[in-house]
Amino acid sequence: MAVRVGIPSSLLYYLYYPAWNTFFSELGARVIPSGNTTREILDLGVKEALADACVPIKLYFGHVKALVGQVDYLFIPRVVCLNRETTYCPKFLGLPDMILHSIKNVPPLIDVRIDVREERDALFKAYRQAGQVLGATGRVIIQAYRKAMATERRFFSLLRKGWSPHEALQILKTGSRPPKKKGRLTFAVLGYPYLVYDQYISVGLLGRLKKMGVDVVTVENLAPRVLYRQKDYLEKRLFWTLGDLVLRAAHYLLRRTNIDGVIHVTAFGCGPDSLVGKYLEMAVHQYRNVPFMSLSIDEHSGDAGIATRLEAFVDMVMRKKEVGLQCPGSLSPM
Amino acid sequence: MPRITFPHVGESYRSFKMLMEDLGNEVILPPRPSKRTLDLGVRYAPEFACFPVKILLGTYLETCPQGVELIITSGGVGPCRAGHYAQLHKKILRSLGYQVDIVVFEPPRLYPLEFLHNIQRLNPHRMSYRAIYECIRRAWRKLQALDNVEKLTHKIRPRETVRGATTRAYRRVLEWIDRAYSLAEIEEAEQSAIEELKKVPQDPYRDVLRVGIVGEVYVLLEPASNLEIEETLGNLGVEVERSLFLTGWTRDNTWAETTEGLTVKEAALPYLPELLGGHGRDSIGNTVLYAKRGFDGVIQLAPFTCIPEIVARTILPRVSEDHSIPVLTFFLDEQTGKAGMATRLEAFVDLMRRKKAARRTA
Ligand code: SF4
Ligand code: SF4
Repeated sequence: MAVRVGIPSSLLYYLYYPAWNTFFSELGARVIPSGNTTREILDLGVKEALADACVPIKLYFGHVKALVGQVDYLFIPRVVCLNRETTYCPKFLGLPDMILHSIKNVPPLIDVRIDVREERDALFKAYRQAGQVLGATGRVIIQAYRKAMATERRFFSLLRKGWSPHEALQILKTGSRPPKKKGRLTFAVLGYPYLVYDQYISVGLLGRLKKMGVDVVTVENLAPRVLYRQKDYLEKRLFWTLGDLVLRAAHYLLRRTNIDGVIHVTAFGCGPDSLVGKYLEMAVHQYRNVPFMSLSIDEHSGDAGIATRLEAFVDMVMRKKEVGLQCPGSLSPM
Repeated sequence: MPRITFPHVGESYRSFKMLMEDLGNEVILPPRPSKRTLDLGVRYAPEFACFPVKILLGTYLETCPQGVELIITSGGVGPCRAGHYAQLHKKILRSLGYQVDIVVFEPPRLYPLEFLHNIQRLNPHRMSYRAIYECIRRAWRKLQALDNVEKLTHKIRPRETVRGATTRAYRRVLEWIDRAYSLAEIEEAEQSAIEELKKVPQDPYRDVLRVGIVGEVYVLLEPASNLEIEETLGNLGVEVERSLFLTGWTRDNTWAETTEGLTVKEAALPYLPELLGGHGRDSIGNTVLYAKRGFDGVIQLAPFTCIPEIVARTILPRVSEDHSIPVLTFFLDEQTGKAGMATRLEAFVDLMRRKKAARRTA
């Protein structure tokens, strides 16, 4: 029987699952993701993780728990730095250790460390190390790695065309593209991918917006090239990759005129977001008065509350836009 | 004369004040963090900013109305939030109408030029580097004296026979050190302070527990932020050893990593091989070391939402189990109450006493 490699469907899953999946599958392993978040998974995580941790970490614990007993290995890389400049939140840096030392009966971890600042082919070396855990050797690993990178490129280019990770995965798998129609409004929905795209924990945010006729632009829809051109938006750049990207995306999008509203999705108890949120608020004020809403997500976010707030927000933006169309100029600072 | 201020970190202001005045600045002393400080900080800082960010902001909001032009603080290099304090504080203070600047001192080993440049901003009389070095040396010696005296109180307080005698003596001798100026005076003041403290009547036979304190640097060093936990423990008959002192820490950060730092790292290795920023890994490593040194327990102090300490706290139960040492964590914020803390501490002390008794009979 093929070795079963479990991949918790949270945190960096939303960005790197296609590559990871391709890599391990090419090595002959059976890849088992924990799947979409459910109430049970969240409950497992809340029970298992530290009460003072942020929701996404609790959720990740839940996804790990859901895989315990189902797999031979768990793939939990220690992702430190992927762009030579910024690192991930310290909780990502200590992720394998937290899992290993606090969840009972965890299967062996494949916890390769990825820090591209260390050497030129650090990324490949990390993959190679992961492959070696499964007993694969030189050639096979190189090939699997190439395929993984090719998948990743295709996946990212789909994201850049405006698809969400779920849609992009679907397209990669089936080749057919879901229909798309133009909405009445366009919102920037900014936040970490594991919040924005997790339909359960975000209380179906993206789906709800779509139903209300709102098109959405997310950080992942923008090319990093463009984002890294947003120079000097802060005196001292943020250290954390994901927070840094959120701010860069905000500055880029706010300068363009076709964004009708900005929603910041933030996790209850998130350390970095206390800074990101504040800077984002300041940025919104700095450019022009784009309607702005901050959506804080915790393990108890209820359907009803969020639905009402979203509807009110969309209505407000809609009214504002209509007024603006009738008498241009009235949109200047409120 | 530039008007400057700096954060309140324990008794260290006595040394910084001297240094800054020697260089020719007018110092506006930061008050000891109080309820008012916290209220101000909480009001103007982002909700989930960590506790130190709020206290420091509150402190600045108390001193800025007195005409502060320059705030001096230390940066800390990512990946934790500390490096961003200054920028956030500046933005908030400016938005409230205070035209202040913040000078961030990064470790000179990493940014030697920036360090010199920053020093020049605090040197209105253009003193020579040699003269500045002399000032720094005296200030450093004063810091050491302050640390040494504080360490001694941790040993004496649990053994005092009159409740509060140590704290009273400590308050008194701090003033002696405060007034000392030349190197010789500082050394003399330190000596007399130590003698004075040793005069506090003690019961040498008392069965005293030993507890190590680990955690995030600010809440460790500023008693007002940890509700004077060391004093409370001392009154419960517990001798504390804190894993961080300003002179220990600044040195680590300033010169090459000391051998002591290395062993902490090695001790943490089996549990947390990664440096997280902040002091998360040290919390783990020091806990292991305290256990190996036969301490009765460890207390971790962490600001609410502190990222590295949350990682450490997630791993600590395993360390505690492996090394059979009780560990208690306090996540501190503006809502932490002294009474609640005292209750938890009493229970913890009971637990350690029972454990110790069991070990003796075994
Ligand atoms: S970035 Fe925030 S939400 Fe994400 S793991 Fe770190 S603290 Fe949690
Ligand atoms: S170490 Fe903790 S308290 Fe310090 S900046 Fe980081 S999160 Fe805040």
